[in-house]
Amino acid sequence: MPYPFGLRRFHFGKGSRQWGGPRKTAVLRRFESYSPHSSPPATRRSYPSIGGSLWLKTFTLSHFFYKLKLGFTSQGGFVSQLPLLPVRAPNLTMQCAQIQINYYYVGLWTGHDFHSQFPSFATCSKELKECSGHVFVDSVPEFCLPETELIDLSTVDVILISNYHCMMALPYITEHTGFTGTVYATEPTVQIGRLLMEELVNFIERVPKAQSASLWKNKDIQRLLPSPLKDAVEVSTWRRCYTMQEVNSALSKIQLVGYSQKIELFGAVQVTPLSSGYALGSSNWIIQSHYEKVSYVSGSSLLTTHPQPMDQASLKNSDVLVLTGLTQIPTANPDGMVGEFCSNLALTVRNGGNVLVPCYPSGVIYDLLECLYQYIDSAGLSNIPFYFISPVANSSLEFSQIFAEWLCHNKQTKVYLPEPPFPHAELIQTNKLKHYPSLHGDFSSDFRQPCVVFTGHPSLRFGDVVHFMELWGKSSLNTVIFTEPDFSYLEALAPYQPLAMKCIYCPIDTRLNFIQVSKLLKEVQPLHVVCPEQYTQPPPAQSHRMDLMIDCQPPAMSYRRAEVLALPFKRRYEKIEIMPELADSLVPMEIKPGISLATVSAVLHTKDNKHVLQPPPRPTQPTGGKKRKRASDDIPDCKVLKPLLSGSIPVEQFVQALEKHGFSDIKVEDTAKGHIVLLQEAETLIQIEEDSTHIICDNDEMLRVRLRDLVLKFLQKF
Amino acid sequence: MDPECSQLLPALCSVLADPRQPVADDTCLEKLLDWFKTITEAGSSLLLLQENPCLLGLLCHVLKPQDLSPRVLAFSLRLAGMLAAQEDCFQYLQGDSSLFVASAAGQLLVHILGLSLQGAAEGHPGLQTGDWPVCAQKIVSHIEESLRSAATPQITQALNVLTTTFGHCHNPWTQVLWVRLSPLVACLLEKDPVPAAHSLVDLLLSVARSSVLSSSSCGLWETLAQTLSHLSPTQAGPLALGILKLQECPQALRAQAFAVLLQPLTCVLEATAQAPGLLDSLDGTGGASVTVDTLLPSKAACVGLLCRTLAHLELLQPLPQRPSPWPQAPLLGATVTILRLCSGLATPTSDAGGHLCAFLVGCVRVQRAALDFLGTLSQGTGPRELVTRVFAVLLEYLTSPDSSPTVLKKAFQATFRWLQSSPETPGCSDLDPHAQLFLRELLPVLPKRLCSPCWEVRDSGLEFLTQMIGHWGGQAGFRRALLASEVPELTEQLLRDPESYVRASAVAAMGQLSSQGLRVTPASPEHPGGRQKSLLAELLRILSTDSEGFPRRAVMHVFTQWLRDGHADVAGDTERFVARVLQVASQDLDWEVRAQGLELALVFLEQTLGRPSSHCPYAVTPPVAAPPSPLAQALRPLCRVQLFEFAFRALFDCDRPVAQKSCDLLLFLRAQTASYSGPQGSGSVPEVASVEAALQRWQAGDQGQPLGYLEPEVVVAVLRSMDLEGLRGVLAESSDRVEKSPQSLLQDMLATVGALGEDEADCY
Repeated sequence: MPYPFGLRRFHFGKGSRQWGGPRKTAVLRRFESYSPHSSPPATRRSYPSIGGSLWLKTFTLSHFFYKLKLGFTSQGGFVSQLPLLPVRAPNLTMQCAQIQINYYYVGLWTGHDFHSQFPSFATCSKELKECSGHVFVDSVPEFCLPETELIDLSTVDVILISNYHCMMALPYITEHTGFTGTVYATEPTVQIGRLLMEELVNFIERVPKAQSASLWKNKDIQRLLPSPLKDAVEVSTWRRCYTMQEVNSALSKIQLVGYSQKIELFGAVQVTPLSSGYALGSSNWIIQSHYEKVSYVSGSSLLTTHPQPMDQASLKNSDVLVLTGLTQIPTANPDGMVGEFCSNLALTVRNGGNVLVPCYPSGVIYDLLECLYQYIDSAGLSNIPFYFISPVANSSLEFSQIFAEWLCHNKQTKVYLPEPPFPHAELIQTNKLKHYPSLHGDFSSDFRQPCVVFTGHPSLRFGDVVHFMELWGKSSLNTVIFTEPDFSYLEALAPYQPLAMKCIYCPIDTRLNFIQVSKLLKEVQPLHVVCPEQYTQPPPAQSHRMDLMIDCQPPAMSYRRAEVLALPFKRRYEKIEIMPELADSLVPMEIKPGISLATVSAVLHTKDNKHVLQPPPRPTQPTGGKKRKRASDDIPDCKVLKPLLSGSIPVEQFVQALEKHGFSDIKVEDTAKGHIVLLQEAETLIQIEEDSTHIICDNDEMLRVRLRDLVLKFLQKF
Repeated sequence: MDPECSQLLPALCSVLADPRQPVADDTCLEKLLDWFKTITEAGSSLLLLQENPCLLGLLCHVLKPQDLSPRVLAFSLRLAGMLAAQEDCFQYLQGDSSLFVASAAGQLLVHILGLSLQGAAEGHPGLQTGDWPVCAQKIVSHIEESLRSAATPQITQALNVLTTTFGHCHNPWTQVLWVRLSPLVACLLEKDPVPAAHSLVDLLLSVARSSVLSSSSCGLWETLAQTLSHLSPTQAGPLALGILKLQECPQALRAQAFAVLLQPLTCVLEATAQAPGLLDSLDGTGGASVTVDTLLPSKAACVGLLCRTLAHLELLQPLPQRPSPWPQAPLLGATVTILRLCSGLATPTSDAGGHLCAFLVGCVRVQRAALDFLGTLSQGTGPRELVTRVFAVLLEYLTSPDSSPTVLKKAFQATFRWLQSSPETPGCSDLDPHAQLFLRELLPVLPKRLCSPCWEVRDSGLEFLTQMIGHWGGQAGFRRALLASEVPELTEQLLRDPESYVRASAVAAMGQLSSQGLRVTPASPEHPGGRQKSLLAELLRILSTDSEGFPRRAVMHVFTQWLRDGHADVAGDTERFVARVLQVASQDLDWEVRAQGLELALVFLEQTLGRPSSHCPYAVTPPVAAPPSPLAQALRPLCRVQLFEFAFRALFDCDRPVAQKSCDLLLFLRAQTASYSGPQGSGSVPEVASVEAALQRWQAGDQGQPLGYLEPEVVVAVLRSMDLEGLRGVLAESSDRVEKSPQSLLQDMLATVGALGEDEADCY
């Protein structure tokens, strides 16, 4: 692949967590850094506090990825064993070596005697199949879980979900890691995320398969397998797909949020989701305290498609902008790809062929249907049926129409007309687009050719798409058009080879490309940009393309997998509230125009990271009781305070004043920090500096006090 | 000036002189000036002023310091200058920063300078500036002062005045002026950056083009060479192009100018280091080697300079005085490299190349400029290897989904030009094997383009196809490739495209396909037994029902061409075809369709009367061409197709071009029938009278009643009785002559400010 794809599937933020006893008060503490990957023992800090302790974990935002490992399906008698490939998910921290293409296939049954070709693997030969020169693993689908070695997920306080493509591994986290925190996401993210998971579970459960290949995972065997099997990482951690019950349980832990809604996290920070313009409900996140602001930008789009446009203005004034989830195909312009998609579709159908579009049930499909709505008449395709087959097809099409507030302006205004925001409603009404939960039932009676079919799964390893690959693969009249950028189409097709049908690759990835990133950064002007290392250099296969990297000033800070970054800012200030009655008692004194000072004696009360100055308690008469007082009841020691001084001493006038008071033989020397006034006769030295004055005289307290009083005359007291 | 205008003029002058009144737009003032110009050219300016004292009043009024709009000031100055061409001594204003005033003042200065020297210096070409009239000396001093000024606007004004002077005055005194001022001009070059560089370039080119100045004697070539080396690459480009366009110029200077022009391309080749051979030949033109970093430092600079350079070279390429030898191969190499950089195909190995690539990737402006220039370069030859690269890059652009519609259009145009220039195989009129190979790869691309969701792409694809068929439709290789593709079928489907431009282009393409016998009539399994609908019927459907004008016009063009060429569908029953087309066209709301109908009628008329068509001398003689006699016999088909009814209706068409065309057609017909000695006194035939009466009603606007079938004799008689020449005279006058009259202009201008008596209304 020309570019490290895989930067997509999931990302979760893990957040703060309450630790220990009841949340009462906590000492003032600083939120030191955000690090994309912190090692728990190293970053875990606890702070003693009165009445309990709160450990707030440093925010860590990371992408997790899962790998949809091996799969197969056996449906409708078309095929007995089918291949799977990993759904590469983006891992914010993945290094090149880890994102290289690792595919594991369940081979199509070809009748080859695999054993004879790999005699040393006799033990696992039943698990391995060969097809057109590639070796595949025959197994129930397995998924690679989110990274768990770097961080103990049970200690994570908060997960922020950016968009529905990023939450597919959520059940693995919420159900099996001891996670007890909160998950935040927008409503469309949750609803459509549910659809995607439901479809996945449905596809897998529809065709139960008993066998789970495990022998090949033996390291001694795996390293001898042909590439890419031998390069697969962490194969022992791969798990089977979750169940619908686990999905429901995971989703029940999500708290819904709306754009621009401010969510307080333990008083330490506020998080706010902003529209990212990429998908329905997709969000960028702002994590801010009173004086610091970090923006987490992931999976954003500046193109005008169906979702609400990206909110750029709110990202301004960021100290740090963490940037990830850019387009995986920076060289493919989505407009051009849509054009290719339409042209190839039309050409195929005109020649009497069928078009298969392996896709997810939500997302780009809405735009494709809209585009086709405008195109089919001009292309003379009005009589061609479009079929959308997915267990969640109906829900997806209906959900899209009801999330009006999450849509772009044009679509929102349609709702008030009232018209359905998406034109696929009209396609359905006019019978041009028909949707079915599966191949079985109504579809088989309605089905007529030539036609266009949208169905999943885009990996071609399971789902109804498998049937159509089998059905249409042998005719060169038919075409399969890949639009999802997650998968290498060649790898997806490998187990179906040899194929006669035409294959077109039109990846439509609307996320930011590098030109748009540079525009965005110019607009938003963060102080620092933090991004994966891959974005700071041209893709390895196109090392001359200097345009395919982030170019900003100052240069972006990059990180690799498992690297802990200290973000380039320090928390210097905390906001403290003053209670009104205390504020009333203050008497400010203007020391410079516009600057007033007042002394304050108060009790600093800190709770949930909020700091309040309260009036000191009135001294109570000792009751004479002999009870031991609790430490917290101690009254601060309110001694009579010496006045505070301010101002500076003008040396010349000071010398004149000395002379006036009878001192003679005065010598003034300039020093690096101020002046030294020498009273030679009295063997006394007055050292005047910006923030201190010292009178040095030997054993003459009277003289010192006289001089001190002279000095004080030049200073203001309050 | 007619009395009506004289009456209106005072009111207008007072409106113009009143700063509170909203002044009409510039166009009105321009028209007013044009009108005054015609008056002063026709007669005495002095008389004009005497008869219209309000004009003098206006001119005097504007001299007073007040808050006049710059456009009125500029108008007054120009009017003053115009009048001063005959009546000198008008004061001039200076120093106003307004563009209008500065420009007008500059022009006035030039006129005054020219006038003041006309008498004085004419007899004495050697007269030095010191001996010039005081007025001229003052102007020269003012210019000198401005040239010495530190303020760029002043320098610019002075340079512009000089540019106009050398551009318009070709008297010997201009040489004296240049000799005096050139040192000051040269001084400008010592400043960094050179101030008012654009104006300086204009001046130097104006001087260099002047026929009076002997360039060698006044150091002009040296100044030009110096300027070329001082100006920035962007500023030097236009100067270099100007120098290369000069008819006479020292070879060294030309070489220097060419090197300047080629510098950016040299840089590109150097940075990509793809073909050292190419680089040498460009370097050989004498340019100093410049690196990408200095010449193309930023994206904006790089894109701007490359676009300009390519445009300059494109202008230079076809000129006879272009540098020789013309570095065709390096230019081709550089252009192809730029195109490859723009599409991200090039893989530069150096850092400079990498930067260049980052600047140019996806840059539509550069792509368009480079494709235009590449098309122009098809006029020359190139090494086979380079031509292969040209076709490869063109194919890449035509194939790439990222090519924008405008880029694609340019790519199609360039492709056609290169195919056109590819050599024909000796002894065979077919495309050369190389081009054929290219065509084989191109034709699969075309269907995809014709299916594009973007109508501009479909349109340019069809235009390209039409050109291709027009050029190679008769050649076997092309025909085979085309027929093997889906193109003809797709083209036919586009006749029903929702976009009217595309339908129009599809009509043109189908017309060509059909003319060349390339229309596919398959009995495919998809259309079992269904006899393909005739294209003629389909085009007639478009002509009668299409809601947009473009497709209908295209149909008329195709029909005319078919008639001219004796197309099989037409030749079968020409009369019926013509009658049907004329009937539909006569009812069309689009005047161009009706005008084209007359064109078709003319072709039919010429064919019927046996006169070889003047438009297409190679056309197959249509079977309907009849011997010229007897005339009545010959006219009968025209009568049967109701050509006369169509032409007479068109004669009174509300759109002038239609009426003119019809008038010409009828005059031509009358000339043809001049020798006809039909039955005398046919005017007395009652039919003639009724036709004439009907025509009169038509002229009056009542075109309801049809004429019906007319006998040739009646037609001839009516033609003879009509005052076609008179009608042609009336039509030759602008139909909007009333609207364009000065009286109407004055009324309009006054009306906008409500100064006309009748427009005054008592309203709140």
